[in-house]
Amino acid sequence: MEEKKLAIIATKGSLDWAYPPFILASTAAALGYETEIFFTFYGLQLLKKDLDLKVTPLGNPGMPMPMGMEKWFPTLLTALPGMEAMMTSMMKKKMASKGVASLEELRELCQEAEVRLIACQMTVDLFDMDSSAFIDGVEYAGAARFFEFAGESDICLYI
Amino acid sequence: MADFDEELDASGLNCPLPILRAKKTLVGMESGKILHIIATDPGSVKDFEAFARQTGNELIESKEEGGKFLFLIKKS
Repeated sequence: MEEKKLAIIATKGSLDWAYPPFILASTAAALGYETEIFFTFYGLQLLKKDLDLKVTPLGNPGMPMPMGMEKWFPTLLTALPGMEAMMTSMMKKKMASKGVASLEELRELCQEAEVRLIACQMTVDLFDMDSSAFIDGVEYAGAARFFEFAGESDICLYI
Repeated sequence: MADFDEELDASGLNCPLPILRAKKTLVGMESGKILHIIATDPGSVKDFEAFARQTGNELIESKEEGGKFLFLIKKS
């Protein structure tokens, strides 16, 4: 059986959207896929040593909130100071209580399983990001490098 | 009782951790040996079926007992 390939582009840097790339990549690796994730724009936050990701109900009508708040809580009030911190803390607690892995753990499992993590060099330069803030084992490259692998992948996801 | 060689308790863990832990345990086992997995994630039933089909490790048994999901997987 020839090894299948999965290519993922991770573009989002919020706590909720950080999960799909790492869950799919680690699972694919466990299934024997050769896997690569290309992190670009806000997705680069997922490569920071110190993950300080947040989730916000602001502008996200699909996000379930405690006590069914998403049904009656005025949208404008989700912009109040402290809302983001509160929702982030509640989401983290909920995940821990349900046995959902932390992002750090999933990311580590990805690295253990030899998922290749590639940071978009252009975005790193654009936002003047310091690569010493990123975890070890990250490759820095551009779009052409992504296509080299994505072009022969069996599955290619944009997240 | 010893109808398996190794045991993995993935109780309380949610997707995709039971699969990832199982994969990790299987890597350290010899071909033909049997791994017993205990999980509480209801999604693990379909996931272990799919895992077995895609990795070639054989799912010998899958059952529910007292709210737990129990699997026997034979390393290919």
